[in-house]
Amino acid sequence: MRNNDTIFKTLIVAVILCLVCSAVISSVAVGLRDLQEANKKLDQQTKILAAAQLLDETKTVQELFNSIEAKIVNLETGEYNNIIDVGLFDEASFSRDEATSIQLSSKQDIAIIKRRENFQKIYLHSQDKKLTAVILPVRGYGLWGTLYGYLAVEPDFQTVIGLEFFQHKETPGLGAEVDNPKWKSQWKGKKIFSDKGDVMLSVIKGSVKNNSPNAPYQVDGLSGATITSKGVSNLLSFWLGDLGYKPYMQRMLMDLEINDV
Amino acid sequence: MSKAREVLLTPIFNENPIALQILGICSALAVTSNLYVTLIMCAALTIVVSCSNLIISLIRNHIPTNIRIIVQMTIIASLVILVDELLKAYDYESSKTLSVFVGLIITNCIVMGRAEAFAMKNGPLMSFLDGLGNGLGYSIILIFLAVVRELFGAGSLFGIEILPLVQNGGWYVGNNFLLLPASSFFIIGLLIWALRAWKSDQVEVPQFTIAKNSLKSEKGAA
Repeated sequence: MRNNDTIFKTLIVAVILCLVCSAVISSVAVGLRDLQEANKKLDQQTKILAAAQLLDETKTVQELFNSIEAKIVNLETGEYNNIIDVGLFDEASFSRDEATSIQLSSKQDIAIIKRRENFQKIYLHSQDKKLTAVILPVRGYGLWGTLYGYLAVEPDFQTVIGLEFFQHKETPGLGAEVDNPKWKSQWKGKKIFSDKGDVMLSVIKGSVKNNSPNAPYQVDGLSGATITSKGVSNLLSFWLGDLGYKPYMQRMLMDLEINDV
Repeated sequence: MSKAREVLLTPIFNENPIALQILGICSALAVTSNLYVTLIMCAALTIVVSCSNLIISLIRNHIPTNIRIIVQMTIIASLVILVDELLKAYDYESSKTLSVFVGLIITNCIVMGRAEAFAMKNGPLMSFLDGLGNGLGYSIILIFLAVVRELFGAGSLFGIEILPLVQNGGWYVGNNFLLLPASSFFIIGLLIWALRAWKSDQVEVPQFTIAKNSLKSEKGAA
């Protein structure tokens, strides 16, 4: 039996092993990157379409996505920003960078996202040159981690079309029921703001009572997932509020009024 | 041939890595609330443990003793990353659900255990079969857990509704506890009990017996 325990042999084995392993892994990672990116993009596009209730089994996601336009919104002013490249926008790096985001105080930070980016990429769906849906990315903390999703609203910015999460870490069967089609179907037609302009849309504990005056604003809670349900309410309140898309929505409504006159 | 058969089949019931050796419990708790995801996890672990056994066995005569653990670890980690990358490319949905658990196969004691205990001392074919057998032994327990948990917890199998849930207008009230990871402890416990009742040689010899309370010592305490 050869002696494997000399320093020379040990070094040789270690170096060869590292080289072989890193070569194999890097080539696989590079080789599969396109496919993985495509998967990720497809998944997000599917969720965007699902939130706006546009999924149609007879058409591919790419075909359907042609009717959707992405735009960058300045969350401070509510105006569209044409300088930032839509294709290059990355929510995570914008919200990390101090120059393009703000620190939220604990009172402001009801969705527990710590920093809010000053720009967001939103999606507009138009049919026959008429705006039919606005899809807004939302996120906030649930029980185990941050939920990332899309909220689709009608151009009146008062009626919900749908809510869809594309990434979360909630408990399967409990919090992960945010993906349950039956629960998701409740969002359609719900109202967002009260007459005074406060965000009323929320997930309540238990079932919505049909005779309650607040019923149009409420969605049934997920049983066994109180914290996730609260998280969803909080993230909606945040993103529909003054620090979220409210300035943008108000500006859009003003523009629509001017156009009507 | 009978040797190969033995190596492949013993880990399934006689020396099951979960039920007898109590290894790899962590992932058995975490990924078994849904049968489809469980199957992906089982396949991933089986592939990793058999391939790592094969590779380590092939180079076992060249591995210096001082760095053998780190060599095994590097090979296992590379295989796990490979599986993870493939999953992300070809089954994005389940890679999202499994998230960190595929990565955690690296720390699964079954893989390291088989590499150190079997592959370092046996030929490539036998090591491969041993890995496969242990992977199957792990899988059989996980699949059982997943069937119980998904069927009685969520009323479905592979996401297809079997017992219509009350939430969806049916009659079955799902057992939410089964959907929480902790329920696996109970199911694994019951499973080990059943297995040891069937194969009584798996029962461990008690390391000590608790002495009976005697009247004398009670008096002494008083």
